[in-house]
This record gives sequence, C-alpha cells and structure tokens, in this order.
Amino acid sequence: MTTTAEPTTEIGRARVRKEDQRLITGRSRYTDSITPSGTVHIAVVRSTIARATINSIDKSEAEKAPGVFGVYTAADLGAEEVGLPCAWPITPDQKAPQRPVLANGRVNFSGEGVAVVVARSAAAARDAVELVDVDYEPLDPVLDMEAAAQDGAELVHPDLGSNVSATWVFDSAAAGTGGDVSEAIKAAEADDDQIVVRRRFRQQRLIPAFMEPRSCVVDPTGEQLTIWAATQVPHILRTMTTVTLGVPESKLRVIAPDVGGGFGGKIGVLPEEMLCVLLAQKLGKPVKWTETRSECMLTAHHGRDQIQDLVMAVRKDGTITGFDVHLYADMGAYLGLVGPGVPILGAFMFNAIYKMPALRFTCSNVFTNKTLTDAYRGAGRPEATFAIERMMDEVAVELGRDPVELREQNWIKHDEFPYDTVVGLTYDTGNYEQATQRAMELFDYAGLRREQEERRRSGDPVQLGIGISTFTEMCGLAPSRVLGSLDYGAGGWEAANVRMLATGKVEVTTGASAHGQGHETAFSQIVADKLGVGFDDVEILHGDTQVAPKGLDTYGSRSLVVGGIAIVNAAEKVIEKAKKIAAHLLEASEDDIEFANGQFTVRGTDKGKAIQEIAFAAFMAHDYPEGMEPSLDSDAVFDPENFSFPHGTHLCAMEVDTDTGRVNLRRYVCVDDIGNVINPLIVEGQVHGGLAQGIAQALFEEANYDESGTLVNATFVDYTLPSAADLPSFTTETVSTPSTTNPLGVKGVGEAGTIASTPAIVNGVLDAVRHLGVTEIEMPTTSQRVWRALQVAKGHQAQQTPSDTHSPGAGLGSIDPNNPKGEVQ
Amino acid sequence: MTEVRVTVDGVNYADDVEPRMLLAQYLRETLGKTGTLIGCDTSNCGACTVSLNGQSVKSCSVLAVQADGAEVTTIEGLARDGTLHPVQEAFRECHGLQCGYCTPGMIMAAVDLLGDNPDPTEQEVREGIEGNLCRCTGYQNIVRAVQSAAKTMKPGAAQPTEQAAPVAGGGN
Ligand code: FES
Ligand code: FES
Repeated sequence: MTTTAEPTTEIGRARVRKEDQRLITGRSRYTDSITPSGTVHIAVVRSTIARATINSIDKSEAEKAPGVFGVYTAADLGAEEVGLPCAWPITPDQKAPQRPVLANGRVNFSGEGVAVVVARSAAAARDAVELVDVDYEPLDPVLDMEAAAQDGAELVHPDLGSNVSATWVFDSAAAGTGGDVSEAIKAAEADDDQIVVRRRFRQQRLIPAFMEPRSCVVDPTGEQLTIWAATQVPHILRTMTTVTLGVPESKLRVIAPDVGGGFGGKIGVLPEEMLCVLLAQKLGKPVKWTETRSECMLTAHHGRDQIQDLVMAVRKDGTITGFDVHLYADMGAYLGLVGPGVPILGAFMFNAIYKMPALRFTCSNVFTNKTLTDAYRGAGRPEATFAIERMMDEVAVELGRDPVELREQNWIKHDEFPYDTVVGLTYDTGNYEQATQRAMELFDYAGLRREQEERRRSGDPVQLGIGISTFTEMCGLAPSRVLGSLDYGAGGWEAANVRMLATGKVEVTTGASAHGQGHETAFSQIVADKLGVGFDDVEILHGDTQVAPKGLDTYGSRSLVVGGIAIVNAAEKVIEKAKKIAAHLLEASEDDIEFANGQFTVRGTDKGKAIQEIAFAAFMAHDYPEGMEPSLDSDAVFDPENFSFPHGTHLCAMEVDTDTGRVNLRRYVCVDDIGNVINPLIVEGQVHGGLAQGIAQALFEEANYDESGTLVNATFVDYTLPSAADLPSFTTETVSTPSTTNPLGVKGVGEAGTIASTPAIVNGVLDAVRHLGVTEIEMPTTSQRVWRALQVAKGHQAQQTPSDTHSPGAGLGSIDPNNPKGEVQ
Repeated sequence: MTEVRVTVDGVNYADDVEPRMLLAQYLRETLGKTGTLIGCDTSNCGACTVSLNGQSVKSCSVLAVQADGAEVTTIEGLARDGTLHPVQEAFRECHGLQCGYCTPGMIMAAVDLLGDNPDPTEQEVREGIEGNLCRCTGYQNIVRAVQSAAKTMKPGAAQPTEQAAPVAGGGN
C-alpha cells in the first residue's frame, strides 16, 4: 500500500481495529465457548460410504452407554419429511431432491448424517456414536460429473430421472445484448484471418476450511428459542429455520457471536442446526453441537468443482469476436442454500474487462455422490475469471503476442465508461490502463521478461514464468430486481439503524454480520464522519436478530457497498431530524441551519448546537417542534441500483525447477481499483487473505475422492492449506476510480484477491515451461504435476500413480515412483 | 479419574480429570478458559497453543495429566496488570488478525519464537510459525507483527519493560 499523509477525515484512515482488543486477549466468544447450564451435547453418526441403502440401524448399545440421553434417527424425530432449503431455483424445472436432516433409508455421500446421539458431554456423545451399528447395502457411487450428465448414467436420485439438476443458458443474441456466438465461431472457422481456440479447464474441488469449526447451541429455556451459531447469515438462518421446521419466525432469535471465518462456507442452513432445534424442543434443554475438523472437511459444503469447455473466436489481429462457455458444475449429492446459483454468479463475468461482441454461457448442474458444493470466496466469479484469463494467455500464445498487449487491445478503455457489456451489465467506472501500468512498474515487467529470456537461452534448470491476470468482478450482492430476474429466493438490500443516545454516544445496528472483516471499525469511521462524532463514540451492533432485527448478512463483498450505504442513509435521516430540532431550539429557519463536523449552526451567526446537545434535547423532549416525534433515531434499507465493479492487475513471477518440478512463487504484485477506501489497513488485510486463498487453489489445495467416493484428505494433515512458510510477502497497492453506483464511491474488496490470483499463478507456471513443450497443467500445479508434464513433454513415460490421481502430492503416503526425488510441497 | 495440580495464568488448580482428557479440553471445559481455541483434531492448526513451563505447546496434543505440576500460560494470562504483551500489541497495530480464531495460538507461538530468536528474519518468522494455520490474513501482517514486536522487545528499545518480556510460565 502507498503510504500517504493521514487524512483528516475518519474515512481513509488506517485505523487499527476496535475488534482486536478482545481477540488478542482471549476475551472472545465463539459459539463453542457458549454453554448454558444444563446443556446436552450431540454427535452425529455419519455414513462411511458414499452411496448405500440402509438395511438397519442398531442403537441399543449406544443407548445403554453412560451419559447418553438418547439416540435418534429421522423417523424417531418425526423429521422424515423435513428438507433443508435451497433458495435458488435457477430454472423453473430445476430438479431438487429432498435434503434430509438425517438419511432416510439411503445415504448419498460419505459423511451424511444417519443418526444423532444426545449425551451429557461431547465426549460421551462421540463415544456412543461408535456404538451405533448401521448395516449398509453399498451401491456404486456416481463420482464423475461429466459421465453423470450423460443419458443412461447411474442416477444419484433415481426418482428425479436425471443427474442433471438444471441447465441454465445465457445467450447474448437471445438477450439482445450482443451477437450470436455460433455464427461468430462458424465465421471464424471459415475465415483464414481468424482462429478458433478451444480449451478445457478444470476447477478442482476446494474446501473453504475456515479456522473455527461449525457449531451451534439452541436454548429453548425461554419464550423464544435462542440459536447461537457459527454462521455468516443469522438473519437468513432465522427465516430459513421457520421455512424448514415451521417454528414461527417471531419465536426465534439467532445470534452469530464471534465467528471464526466463513469465506462462503458458513452461509448454509445445516442439518445439524435443525437437529439442535428439534432436539432442544423435544428435550426442553439447551442442545449443543460442535463438529470436529474432520467432520468439517467431510460435510461442510465444498467449493468450485467445474469442468469448463471454452471456445473463443479471435481475429488474427487479436480482436475477440465471440466466446462460448460450457460448464459442468458438480453440485454434490444435494443442492445447497444457493449452490445452484453459484456458477450463475459467474455467468456475467466471462467477458471480464474485455469488449466482446457475442457470448454464450451454458451450465449444467450435476448431482454426484459427493459432499454438496456451494459458495466459496468469489462464488462463480473466480471460476469465470480463471477461464477468461487463462484463455487470454492461450490466445496470446496462439497468435504469438505479448499477453499484456493482447489484453489491452481488447479491454474497455478508461474513456469508454460507463460501458454496457455483452451480458447486459453496465460497468460504471474503471481504469484498466492505470492499474496495469502501475503494476508493471512495481513488478519490473520488462526486467523480468529479460531475465526470462536469459534463463531460456542459457538453459537454466530453474525457468522463470510471468503470470498475468487483469480481472474484474461484480460485487455488492445485489440489486433486488436483478436477483428477482435470476429467480433468487430473496432480495439483496441491507438494513441499518442509527440511534443517538441521551449521553451523546451513537449506536448503530447493521444487518451485515461480520466474521473477521472489521465492520465495527470501518462502519464506525463512516458514522464518525457523517455525524461528526468521535470514532470511539460509535458502537456497531450486529449478528443478533433481536439487536439488529433486519438484514441479509455478509457474503458477496456486500457489507460495505450495500450495508455501509444503508448506514450512511440512516445517518442522513438522523441529521435531517436533528436539523429540525436545532432550528427550533436556535429559533431559526430550518433553511438557515448548516451542519458540519457535528455542529448545527445558523448561517451567518455564531449560534450553534452540537449534535449531542440535540440528541439530549430530543431525549428530554421538553421543547421540540410541533408535529415531530422526540427522537433522532432512524432506519434505512438500501437496495442498490447496480453492482460495483472493482478491478485490478495482478502479476506474478514463478520459478519452476525443471529437474524436480518444484514451483516457487518469487514475486507477486497487484494493483487493485476498489474505488474509495474507508480503511486502507483493512483493505490490505482483505487483499492479502484473498490472495492466499486464490494462490492456494493454484498451487496447493484439492479435495480428493477415491474410486469408492471417500474423501481421502479430510484432515489438515492431508488437505494442504498454505502455512506462513509456503507464501511470500505480496506487493499490494490500490488506485481509485470511485464507483458511481453508491454515495461513498466504494467497491467491494473481500473477494478480489481470490478471484484474481488463481489464473495469474497458473499462467505464470505455464509461461515458465511452455517453451519446453508443456501446454497444460491442472490445478493444483504441484511439483508432481509439473514434473510429470515436463516428462511427458520430453516424450518420457510418466505413469499416473493411483495415489497421485487423488492427491495433490501432499500429506501422507503420496510417494510417486515417477518422482524418486520425492519433491513434496 | 486422576488428580492434576496445575497453575494456569497464575492461579492454582487441583482437579480430578479423565486420563484421556486433553489439556485443551481441560482449559476450556473444566477451567472455562475459552480464550484458548480448538481448530482441528490432528495437531496441525495451532489454535490451541499455550505456554507450558515456558515452552509453547499445542494443548490438544498434551494430556491434562501430563501438565500435572506445570505452569501454564494461556492467551488470557499474557497481558500483565492491564498492559498488553508487545506481541499482542503488535498484532493489533499491524492488523495481524481478522476473524481472530488463529490469534491466541499464533500469539503464543510468536512469543515463544521470539524467546528463542529475538531478532528473526522474515523467513525465520515464516518457518517459526509454520505450525500455526491462519485462513484469513495470508500471514503477511502476522509476520510483520512478529518482526515489529521483536523490535519493541529489543533490549534498550523504547517500550519494553521487564514484566512484558516473553513469558516463561505463570501469570503473576
Ligand atoms: S487444535 Fe490443537 S493444533 Fe489444532
Ligand atoms: S485471523 Fe482468521 S484464521 Fe487467522
């Protein structure tokens, strides 16, 4: 980040976070730390088999175990008909199986709940789980999404008649936003001056792996049922609990206390949460569930998992004439809350920052016998960005062009904004030239290209590759009308309430629900500026449906660009009300009252009152204008008109040891345009964390299933999250073209790093070894995969080993006979 | 049940515990010291890191009974008399945390690291905290925090005080 002089306003200051004092001293309150007296604990009996019918469940030994209150199946709880909600029917005929709270007679993925044990302690419950004897009749699992989508495939849900849940199409010709892709491709095929580039990319399955395992406590001892949950979405969870179980919404209070990360992984409505509600009602006691890490890896929803078939028509001068996108998206065994819509969120981003005359997007959502997939940081947009940014490099290679120059030829120029894209979105602002130029300077693009040339010439065993990604994203989910047109089961507004307390402090409630983003700090800065009060005088309240009753929670980089604007609007209303009271008390016309820095003054005089004085006057209510309520408190609900479109240029230098396949990320530079910045410190943190997750997809992570449908890397031993030693320090900067879609001029930042970095890394790895004949390496590009690709390019045998098919070359036992040096990342 | 006597953050405790009870569970469930967190079941994440007789350990890989007679310092006992430990202070100043879940363990590991190596390079910090996973920060600001704490704690630096030196055991 560039350091500039501290601004005089709160907005723009690198404030250290309000949240931190508690968290660095252990005064935290995560759900598992909450145990009301009398709490009983549950543990779930889980299927060890991917697909089976259940012949019988013998609970008798478990029921006799010490400290066990009971063992229940769905039938025992009368919950056989209960289905967990999917809020996004992407087509009218979307096939959606019932997703049970506990399996009804059959299991559809390894890890699915079969029965639940209630006991006096978590340890006693887990012990008793081992005593439940389930007799399974194993069936052949459906594991390959592409094969599953074909006619005649074995069916995950036979009653649905197909493994294809839905096929969703966007065609720019049909939508009237662009031309016909088929014609563009046909024309290109017939034209010597054009080429058609066809590629297949795989978006491997990832595990969100937030650090706090999921947990929930349901307390029925009161008029309302209180649910504490490690969730990103307390408001949605409340509504969905009503939808799922029929408990009146007014009888539910949901609290998301401290939440240890989410990244989309905590937006679901969980079977275990519903079980806790059912059991709390049944037993009249607080019921608690906390998963183990292995359960988390196995059953919390996964992300990505797409096959992307891409066809791009390009003129030999480099101009793109059409882009045809076909995806298979693996839903897993059931549909998650918004799972089916995740690929659709990417549909509008395949054109990215480029001018394209025609685009078609077709996605088939497919069922398999695996853990369900749903949102994971970026949700659809990283997949889209990967496809287009990898494709731009492929086209550059085909045409022998510099990849930056080819991008520039096709991107929207800074003087062309606002720009209507081929998918019908209007990009309000951006300056791709500015971000790219700055990134190239910081990176020393020319110098590294020279070094690359030199290493190639000298045949250096360590080759250098330069990776590029010039991304944009749509964030700030979302204009409610747009969501309506996409058949999403909710709006995209956000709510806020600003209250002036009698003693001059300010309480603000927001429907956004933070789980690490620093809302309390950033929102305090906004309110402090708007109302002219001290940063420390503002208290941000959130994550409790009784405190902040209205909201749609936190995901999709929406908290600031939607929730923050609701706060601004509520603060404006407070000022309007205060102005009336100020005019009354100062015996002036309201038109003559000015407000600045927390002071209401009568124009042209030195008479004035502070906003705190007005708040006190409103509280006392001894003297206030006729026809007005004695209160400054104000609500606002903000529904955005448009998304915001952050963008940025990310460059990386990748070193590849051609003897061992070892990949080293040597330098990473990114310059992001996220509009106006409220708190540069928080922005920097979001970018760093986002980069780490995107880089991890490119280099380290993959959820691997074996041929029987078992997730083989369901622990932190085998699922290789990057540690501090696996990553370098990044060079991050921001530039700004303020958004015009909201009054703060802000764009989103939470997902940017993740969306941009994955293709940059893979482009860089390939750039290092392309001249050796390597054309493609699937993610994660581990040493083994790179080494094997190099061997194949040299014409050597490089036999796939069974373990490596399912392992990114990490963790236990992944020894590759082809790679005796055993380079392991 | 086995008796364990242990000093945690300066307070003496004596409890009968199941022999299989982990120190992490004992701290959280028996003593209510919920500042120490649990993030995994394979001793990989480090969220549970505490100081045991001056050495940082993953409290999920130690049995409560093994801590018999020991002095344990958790994140809750690191600040003295209301003064944050320089490592805690640095995590805040450098934005070394987001969701905060890895933070107690990360801070305890960093304190131990600086005890062994008061002036680590970036690479030494990265390797020193390799056993602690963070999913939020990308580690960059954690590394910055540890190096910044090292500067503050250097003998002769402006801020460090005797009482805020790296903890070796108990609270008071
Ligand atoms: S909980 Fe101890 S290392 Fe993860
Ligand atoms: S701050 Fe969230 S895991 Fe480190």
